[in-house]
Formats: sequence, structure tokens, C-alpha cells
Amino acid sequence: MSATIGIEREHGLELLRQMLRVRRFEEKCVELYSATKIRGFMHLYIGEEAVAVGAMQALTPEDAIVATYREHGHALVRGVSPGSIMAEMYGKVEGCARGRGGSMHLFDAATRFYGGNAIVGGGLPLAVGLALADKLQARRRVTACFFGDGAVAEGEFHECMNLAAVWRLPVLFLCENNRYAMGTAIERYESETDLALKAASYELTAWSVDGMDVIAVEEAVRRAAAEVRDGDRPCFVELRTYRFRAHSMYDPDLYRTKDEIERWKEHDPIPALSAQLQAAGLLSDADVERLEREIAREIEDAIAFAEAGTLEPVEELERFVYFEGAAP
Amino acid sequence: MSVAPAKAITYREAMREAIREALLADGRVFLMGEDVGAYGGCFGVSKGLLEEFGPERIRDTPLSESAFVGAGIGAAMGGMRPIVEVMTVNFCLLALDQIMNNAATITHMSGGQFAIPLVIRMTTGAGRQVAAQHSHSLEGWLAHIPGLKLLAPATLADARGMLGPALDDPNPVLIFEHGSLYNLEGELPAGAGAVDIERAATRRPGGDVTLIAYGGTVPTALSAAEELAGAGIEAEVVDLRVLRPLDDRTIIESVARTHRAVVIDEGWRSGSLAAEVSARIMEQAFYELDAPVTRVCSAEVPMPYPRHLEQAALPQPAVVAAEVRRMMGTG
Repeated sequence: MSATIGIEREHGLELLRQMLRVRRFEEKCVELYSATKIRGFMHLYIGEEAVAVGAMQALTPEDAIVATYREHGHALVRGVSPGSIMAEMYGKVEGCARGRGGSMHLFDAATRFYGGNAIVGGGLPLAVGLALADKLQARRRVTACFFGDGAVAEGEFHECMNLAAVWRLPVLFLCENNRYAMGTAIERYESETDLALKAASYELTAWSVDGMDVIAVEEAVRRAAAEVRDGDRPCFVELRTYRFRAHSMYDPDLYRTKDEIERWKEHDPIPALSAQLQAAGLLSDADVERLEREIAREIEDAIAFAEAGTLEPVEELERFVYFEGAAP
Repeated sequence: MSVAPAKAITYREAMREAIREALLADGRVFLMGEDVGAYGGCFGVSKGLLEEFGPERIRDTPLSESAFVGAGIGAAMGGMRPIVEVMTVNFCLLALDQIMNNAATITHMSGGQFAIPLVIRMTTGAGRQVAAQHSHSLEGWLAHIPGLKLLAPATLADARGMLGPALDDPNPVLIFEHGSLYNLEGELPAGAGAVDIERAATRRPGGDVTLIAYGGTVPTALSAAEELAGAGIEAEVVDLRVLRPLDDRTIIESVARTHRAVVIDEGWRSGSLAAEVSARIMEQAFYELDAPVTRVCSAEVPMPYPRHLEQAALPQPAVVAAEVRRMMGTG
């Protein structure tokens, strides 16, 4: 245990590795988008990696995850294979949703990854229901529900905070506050910009944390997850973060200044953690080189897997509209 | 052969028996919705169930349609078999995002990974002078959506027997209970149980014209057929029962025998379920027809409050009968 930053070397390296994986994977996605290998809407998480990486540390394989359309990072860190994520974005059968969903709709039953929900706020009721199923079946599981600050303005947010609180359901509400609902700054659409304060009015524990600090995120979400798991009630954590890239590949990013983006980049969670680890003597240049090399290879493999994948025959167009077989 | 003794029962009681049976048969089944517990259900369907099954399985919800319908979807994905009651079809508009963007899409969007064994029940229809916001018939809208199944029980046997198979289905099933049917009374064999949820049913045989109806318009069609019989015209009444996917075969077989069809639908005419049925008859039985298919639908107005205007807006047996006589050249 390091006296200065309070974590083991192995764990520190793992946090760094996961953030780097997400960052490099998405940088490659941008290239593939430009090369028209990936199409449709694509939303990048670059800048926000500390949130998914820190939060996932608190979850067990039995817990469930509900995410948004900006979910490449969540899927990767949760353990959905990079090849199946890339194949999904290529629209191939080998994708984690057989190519039917694309970038915004990554699903994986094996890791209890319930999407990939592209209607803002639409995932919250699902999370409440998954948690209700756990409670009714007396399973001590947590459903982690990621959503953005924009969702807080939706009716579904308020309905779900209230329902989860009044029924004491094990939902961990994780609000990724990147300060913009697409192009509208939070000060321009929220009457109360302290989102934890808003959530607290539903009689649940709510607090805010620096979402650019992966160690702080992990600590806060571990505390919240423990309260949900053992305390038989929901929790809300606001993770204050920032996206460095535009909202989507279509967004000309006209609604904020370059200065603002540059100021936030000074808090980039990856160099921040690297510096902390290095200062504590837990990370060497050789470590970084090795991580980068391994990650580059993993991403190349994922691309090769997607490239080699198959397109679903058009004859199968209407499959999966209804579930095939009996419900499990 | 022994015949099970019949017993008198209302549509409301048949529905309640179906829910009770499902709760007894499977611990994963639970009921949630507005006022389903302490109040006994807005229409009295779930009266007594809270006392018998307790608040964990008979769950009164806040007035949060989107949250509790979506929670039903999530619970179904989490291994439960929820019955969600949306008090009326009018309020399902507040949950359309969950019904359309989640219930209807997740199985497909996930490449077939997730089943959604969910039942959503709702009251539908007009006729009780409750005016424009409480009188909708939106079955046609919802029947537009791939991924959903829609049922419209119009008889005691269907009220009693559709829920079980709907819960066994791995897909979201919407059940529409027409408000005018709850007090329908009749006899059911004591052992009455599951019915098929795939086929339309012929409620009255006849060789001259096919009257196609569902839910609340089935009694309308049967009344019209009775009136026509007095004039020597034998009308066949087909009850659609399943609004999605439609059972084309039963419809087409009937029209191929009678060569005439009138579709009766409490939805508004434009873009209605009646329009869809009519189009299918044109596509699949055009050369069997002796006359164009016609429709008797609700007038295209928000439902007015006064009784005489409401009745004028709704499909009436006399209008159906007149339409048939006109088609037959006897009007």
C-alpha cells in the first residue's frame, strides 16, 4: 500500500490500463468512423473514462448494468469482449448484439450488460425493474444505472428516483454530469445545478464526487454500492466530469469555447493518475510502454475480428422481433 | 361424458380469477399498477387480491406510468413475470417511450438475447360519458408496433383464459379490456382455463356478409347480426381477439365464403386497425369480393360529453346493419 495515494501498485496499474483501453479503443473508433467502417450515431466517452473505470470496480459479476448510448467504455470495462464490441459497430453477426444495435445499443447477457439505451432517461425504469426483480427474489445484487446530466430534466428521472426510494430498491444511480445536454449547458436548463441536492429530495443518500479522479470515483461508488447492497435502499452519486470531444460525430461543437475544453483537459484523468502513480513510485515509463503495447495489440485483434466477421443474410431481417424459444 | 357444471360469472370476475390463478401458479408473477391494491383496482378487477397475496405481489404504484411500465420490462428481464395494470389506455400515453422504445425493441436490438415476458393490461374505449381525455381506443396505434402482441378479450372465456398464455409468452403482451364489458355476465364451465392467443374466432356463423370486430365492438356486431337475421340476411361475426399479429387466415376464409365484409372499430377511421384489416382483405381476397369492404368506425372527433353526441360518434348496431343492407342492395 502506498502511503501517498492509498492504493496498491497492481490496482493502480489496472485502473490506468482500463482507462487507457477505453481511450485508445475510442481513438481507433474515430479513425474507423472516418474510414466509414463504423456508421450511424457514435458518441465518444473520451475525457470521462475515470467514471466508468472507477465505478465498475465496485460491482460484482452478479450485479447488473444499465448504460446510455455513450457506453463503449462501460462495456469494455465490464468485460464485454473488444472484438464483439467492434464487430457490433461494424454491424456484423459476431457483434455483442449480432450487429442489430450498433454503437448505441451494446448488449451482453453474459456480463449482465442491459444496454445501450439511446433515449435519454429511458434506461432508468429498466434499472428500477431489474432491481425489483432482485428484491422480489431475495438476491443481494446491485443494479448500476448510468445516465447523463441531461436525463435529470426528464420526467423518468424523477419518477424513478421516487419509485426506487419508496420501494427501497437496490439501484445505484450514477449520474455522469458532463455539464452538457447535447449542446445545452447545465446552467441553461437546470433550475438547480447541484444534482445531488436534487436527488436527495427523494429521501435517498446522494453525493457528488470529482469524476475526473478515478480513485475518488472508485471510493465513492464503493461506499454507495455497499449502502445499496447492505442497506436495502437506492443511492445516487453525481460524477462531475467532462467530455473532450463533441457530443457525437455530427456535432460541430459550436456551443462551448476551445478555452473551456483546454481548461478541462488539464484534468484529464489518464495523465492525472499516471502522475500520481509515478510520484508515488508505483509506475515506470516501461510500465506505460508495456500497457500501450498490450492495448494496441488488443485493439488490432478486435479490428481483425470485426473485419473477418460476417454480415447477416437479408433473409434473416425479421428475426428477433419476437423472442425465439421460451423465456428463461 | 361428464360436463363440468357451469357457473355464473362476470367479465370482471373472470379477469380476477385469471390473475389469481396466475399468482397461485407461479411465484414469479406479481401485479402492479395504480390503485390495484388497497382500492381494489379502478374497475374492481383486483378486489381482494391484496388481502390474499400481500403488498409484495399486489403493488400499488405512484402515478408514474413511465417508471412502473418500464420497471415491468426490467423485472421481466430480471426473471419475473409481471402483470402491469395501466388504469386506462389513455394513461399509457405517458408510458409510450417504455412500451415502444424498450418493450418492443430490446429483444431485437440485443440480437435476440433478452426475452421480455411481460403482460400489460389496460382498460380501453368510450361509452360512459367521460369525455375526450378518457375515451380513447388506441389499439390501432399500438398494433402498429412490431415486437408487441395485442389481445382484446371480448368474451368471458377470453377474459378468463388469455392471461395465462400471455404470461407464458416470452414477449410483451398488451391486453385491452373494454370498459363496457366488465359487467358482461354469463356462464363459464367450472374448469374453464387457457385459450389460444393466436387465432381469431367466429362468434356467429353466416353466409351473406362478414362483420369483423374486436373488444367492445363484438357485441355491436352481434346485435347488428341479430337485427339483420330478422331481415333474412345471415351475417357471420368474426372476433379478431388477437390484434397483433393479425390472424389473416380466419378473416380471409370467412370473406371467401361471404364475399362481403364490414369492419367495425371503435378507433378513429383514419389510419385505424379497420384500415389495416380492410387492406389485407383487398390484398388477399380481392377477387372474392362482391362489394368494396366498408368500415364502421368512430367519428373523427375528440369524444364529446353529452350522451347523444357520444352515441352518435360510436359504432352502432343500426349503422352496421344499414351498411350491410346497402351493400346487399336491399337498403
